[in-house]
Amino acid sequence: MSTLPVISAKNLDLVFQTGDGSVHALSDITLDIEKGEFVSLIGPSGCGKTTLLRVIADLEKPTSGEISVNGTTPEKARLDGAYGYVFQQAALFPWRTIAKNVALPLEIMGLPAEERTSRIKRNLDLVNLTGFEKKFPWQLSGGMQQRASIARALAVEPDMLLMDEPFGALDEIVRDHLNAELLKLWATTQKTIVFVTHSIPEAVYLSTKIVVMSPRPGRIHEIIDCDLGADRPLDIRETPEFLKIAHQVRDGLREGHSYDE
Amino acid sequence: MSAVRPNWQALAALVTGLISLAGLPFTATMGTGASLLVTAIVLVAAILSMLKLRPVAQAIILAVASHFAAWLLIGGLADAFGTAGFGYFAALAASWLLAWRLVTVLSEMKFIAPVAKRTIALIVPAIFGIWILILWEALTRGAGVPFVLLPPPSSIGARIVTSTNILAADFVQTVVKAVLVGYIIGTFSGFLVAVMADRFRFLAAGLLPVGNMVAALPMIGIAPIMVIWFGFDWQSKAAVVVVMTFFPMLVNTLAGLAATGHMERDLMRTYGAGHWQVLAKLRLPVAMPFIFNALKINSTLALIGAIVAEFFGTPVVGMGFRISTEVGRMNLDMVWAEIALAAVVGSLFYGLLALAERIVTFWHPSYR
Ligand SMILES: Nc1ncnc2c1ncn2[C@@H]1O[C@H](COP(=O)(O)OP(=O)(O)O)[C@@H](O)[C@H]1O
Ligand SMILES: [Mg+2]
Repeated sequence: MSTLPVISAKNLDLVFQTGDGSVHALSDITLDIEKGEFVSLIGPSGCGKTTLLRVIADLEKPTSGEISVNGTTPEKARLDGAYGYVFQQAALFPWRTIAKNVALPLEIMGLPAEERTSRIKRNLDLVNLTGFEKKFPWQLSGGMQQRASIARALAVEPDMLLMDEPFGALDEIVRDHLNAELLKLWATTQKTIVFVTHSIPEAVYLSTKIVVMSPRPGRIHEIIDCDLGADRPLDIRETPEFLKIAHQVRDGLREGHSYDE
Repeated sequence: MSAVRPNWQALAALVTGLISLAGLPFTATMGTGASLLVTAIVLVAAILSMLKLRPVAQAIILAVASHFAAWLLIGGLADAFGTAGFGYFAALAASWLLAWRLVTVLSEMKFIAPVAKRTIALIVPAIFGIWILILWEALTRGAGVPFVLLPPPSSIGARIVTSTNILAADFVQTVVKAVLVGYIIGTFSGFLVAVMADRFRFLAAGLLPVGNMVAALPMIGIAPIMVIWFGFDWQSKAAVVVVMTFFPMLVNTLAGLAATGHMERDLMRTYGAGHWQVLAKLRLPVAMPFIFNALKINSTLALIGAIVAEFFGTPVVGMGFRISTEVGRMNLDMVWAEIALAAVVGSLFYGLLALAERIVTFWHPSYR
């Protein structure tokens, strides 16, 4: 295996200047993510999970510190199409059909029509949306919309997926189902995934590594290894190993939580 | 009691119908028999409409009765200008109330077939328009309103029929030349400047105050200047239209281009999309409802601008020219014929744009 981590952050700091003072969103973040890992960022809201993901994606510039993505700057990685980003909402364009939405990044990349068609088919298939190509986003349920947005991110064929609470707005049953699908996808594609969540079971179920963050200023409290093996049926969540890690994460969150609010 | 379902329009029609009996005959040339026939129709229809009939049957009874009564009433005004008494107006009010009831019944009907729904959506405003004409005709001629004050629609219609050549020439001069050319140049340049101002912010900073000022200039100031610059013919009117339509398009397009959400912009950024790609694939589609808003506003402004600009010097053709000269000659029917033409042209223009908007922005929450 290669020795260089795919994402390497060293002493990252990010301060937002706002009208009423400054917000210390990230403080002294040092984190390495290896190729093929599934890393979850977990923590109470406002602890900087989204901000950290956006720094990796070059949607936000750190105030100080170093970060490399794919051995280069985040900007270069972004322009190379190194990652696919899945937002909290599906952010599909309502004037495009599902197939055309998946085609969007491919059009921007300037891929020829046949290549686009085959990638659309392959990736819609991967997220179980075959047959919905000609539907418009607003004709689909929230879960299906989010799956379409994952297909859109995958169509770029990136080495890395950055996902910001992609299933946060969905109900528990749909969420379980999509978690299982995502895990299968990760196992078959060997992609590196950075996944933001504030659900402990979700983090433990999916990850190889859980980064527990705490707020004010946003920082890493603890990094917990979590390898439940490649084969994880949904009911693994009842096993003692699973519950042990979940407990560890909960303790970490509790310690990192400031009680002054 | 179960067989009867009273409603206030029918009750009011019943009362006004009975009142009309105290004012027989209705006009100088309408015999008592004909007057009684009208009242009888109204009273019978009012009573029938309060019975528990199927809505379709009610609608047919009301439609036939109210319009037949109106037809008789207007016929009764032949050679009887200004002689209608209070009985006449009571009967007119009664038939109008029946028409009101008709519209109410129609709008309460529940249809599943989209064709039926669309037909009702057309019939209701049509009945509305017809009754404006009926009341206008009956009131002006029945009460003897002076011709210069308000000619009846029948004389306006007759004038339209006998003056199609003049109206056609005026239409070509004002609408096809001045409005269309000015509208296309004004809206296109407003759009292009907005796109450029969005790309190069300093342009927006410099242009918006100037544009604001130009938009605030009164047309009576601009129109004569344009005549001096571009001559008496339609070109100067088109120039006025350009000035009037440019700014609404500029402002609306800029607002539309700013309406894109952060998440969608970030998404395009993750793809490394360039400015023009983001514009074409994201920001212009989002801006479409704003752009259509400007197109619709401008359709009205352009027509007003071209017509009024002709008040300030023009060759002897054009809708504005005709209105200003025929007013001077007291030919009010010709003035109203031009107004009717302008109303039809304006509505068609607006309607076509609204239709195009529905097709282009089908995805917008207000349409889908
Ligand atoms: N663009 C911004 N400008 C100012 N403050 C921001 C901005 N984005 C995030 N913040 C602040 O930074 C902190 C971390 O936010 P975020 O990363 O969204 O947290 P999380 O995703 O963990 O809920 C919060 O206090 C938030 O209000
Ligand atoms: Mg967040």
